[in-house]
Amino acid sequence: MEGETPLHTSERALQTGRLSRSVAGRLRMRYAIDRLMTGVIFACAASVVAILFFILAYIIIKGAPALNLDFFTNRPLPYGESGGGVAPAILGSLAMLGVASLIGVPVGIGSAIYLSEYGRGPFASLVRFTIDLIAGLPSIVVGVFVWALLVRQIIGQYNGLAGSVALAIIMVPIVSRTVEEVLRLVPDMLREAALALGVSRWKTILRVVLPTAKSGIITAVVLSTARAGGETAPLLLTALGNQFFSLDFSAPMAALPIQIYSYAVAPYDDWHTKAWGSALVLIIVIGVLSFLARQVVRGPTLGR
Amino acid sequence: MLVLLVIILFYDAKDAVLQYRLDFLTTTVWDPVFEKFGAAHYIYGTLMTSLVALLLAAPIALGAALFLAEYAPRWVREPISYLIEMLAVIPSIIYGLWGFFVLAPFMRAYVEPFLRDVIGPVPIVGSLFSGPILGKDLLVGGVILAIMILPTIAAISREVILAVPETQREGMIALGATKWEMIVKAVLPYTRTGILGAVMLGLARAFGETMAVTMVIGNSSNEISPSLFTPGYTMASAIANQFTEADKEIYFSAVVAVALVLLLVSVVVNSLGRVLIWRMARGPLGLRI
Repeated sequence: MEGETPLHTSERALQTGRLSRSVAGRLRMRYAIDRLMTGVIFACAASVVAILFFILAYIIIKGAPALNLDFFTNRPLPYGESGGGVAPAILGSLAMLGVASLIGVPVGIGSAIYLSEYGRGPFASLVRFTIDLIAGLPSIVVGVFVWALLVRQIIGQYNGLAGSVALAIIMVPIVSRTVEEVLRLVPDMLREAALALGVSRWKTILRVVLPTAKSGIITAVVLSTARAGGETAPLLLTALGNQFFSLDFSAPMAALPIQIYSYAVAPYDDWHTKAWGSALVLIIVIGVLSFLARQVVRGPTLGR
Repeated sequence: MLVLLVIILFYDAKDAVLQYRLDFLTTTVWDPVFEKFGAAHYIYGTLMTSLVALLLAAPIALGAALFLAEYAPRWVREPISYLIEMLAVIPSIIYGLWGFFVLAPFMRAYVEPFLRDVIGPVPIVGSLFSGPILGKDLLVGGVILAIMILPTIAAISREVILAVPETQREGMIALGATKWEMIVKAVLPYTRTGILGAVMLGLARAFGETMAVTMVIGNSSNEISPSLFTPGYTMASAIANQFTEADKEIYFSAVVAVALVLLLVSVVVNSLGRVLIWRMARGPLGLRI
């Protein structure tokens, strides 16, 4: 389907003018519609690209002036004082993402190992379908769930741990699905070779399958971190946000997406600039993470 | 885990569900002071914004998918697929920020007055575009959702279109069809189920989006008005706006009940989408045109 399309026989006939008028007219009509729709389809693709560039350009132009050393090292100041930054939010995001990975990644990898190495029969399909459904769950529903359980009933106040749990629930299906794909790419020959040497099944998975798929697993973790790092709604319901430096997981914690939200809805121009700046930081981090993840997937280690 | 999640939500929503029963889904009074809770206008807001988003996004996404699968040479296909994926990883809060400062003022200044003047006078359809223009309303919410679900629909449709066997296309071309006729008569019928599935998954994403919509939809109004220019709520934005105020047990329970409705709807739409794509992947349904 690539390259220059050769002229149809009918198109050549049209040019030589050996067709009756009605047939020629209909042919011209068909070619006109074809060209028109080609244009429409090109326009669709172009508009998608244009939207993306428009959004990115806006964030860069509006956000770049906000970035300076203070922005990355200071805490948010009350309105009226100049300066101030988003350091607690960056710190809080990193801390909560770290704890979320500690919870979510093992569960995700575990279920992926089950699905790819042991999963047969109806129970495995059920697990796979459930993971798909959790992946499709609106993040706010995850937020409400953790809010209702951890914030309202068990701990009694907004806290960073609840935020981590919410992020972990969002990460599990992403990790699980990506890792399952990767584990399936590990050649069966490797497994058979290990088993033939008398290695137990569990050792085979631990020492042969997982190391082979290592780069893919790292990709999955990075991808899920990038996804969870941008989540706002569940964090708003659980960690709530905080203006100060805090690593206390039983108290409200700051996070970058929440900071963007509270800066954006405030009525001050200076804060709006800071919101754009934070958005720029967030998108650069997420963009770089996804890009890295993509490069690893493309790498030769997966043995395409 | 999903089961646990549903059970806990059910448990917390029990009070509200038992007390209001179907009224919860059909009335529009949401009054915490007098403990009257009806979520019909939230549900309406979710449906309207998602509908607007689908109408705008589905054709454009399909066009982009066709471009990638049928027209683009390899060196164009790769970077553009990458850009579309990029559109999918941008966090919703950033769409919200952009919608809040760029899209909403633009809609208020240019697009909405234009729509009101041009379509407003038309009977029936016109009532959708009437009333005062505030710039934070259901229409803007729908537009921002459209941008957000574009990549979902485009990426899945592209996969589905690429799965059409080459022989289908060659057969149609051999019969003398133009490229567009080939797409309409050989490719699209074959992919019908899959594309519908992609649209369903996009719809599910639109239902659940919170932050971006919260920032542009206005978050007010206790009634259902036909105009798209009225500020409203969606289920997700209502939760995000009210969870801090839910002091009384019954209020708390009502908020959880909204989440429960949202959960059930998105699970149904998601499953439907997956089943459709799965059926498409299994066999050439399109052969029975």
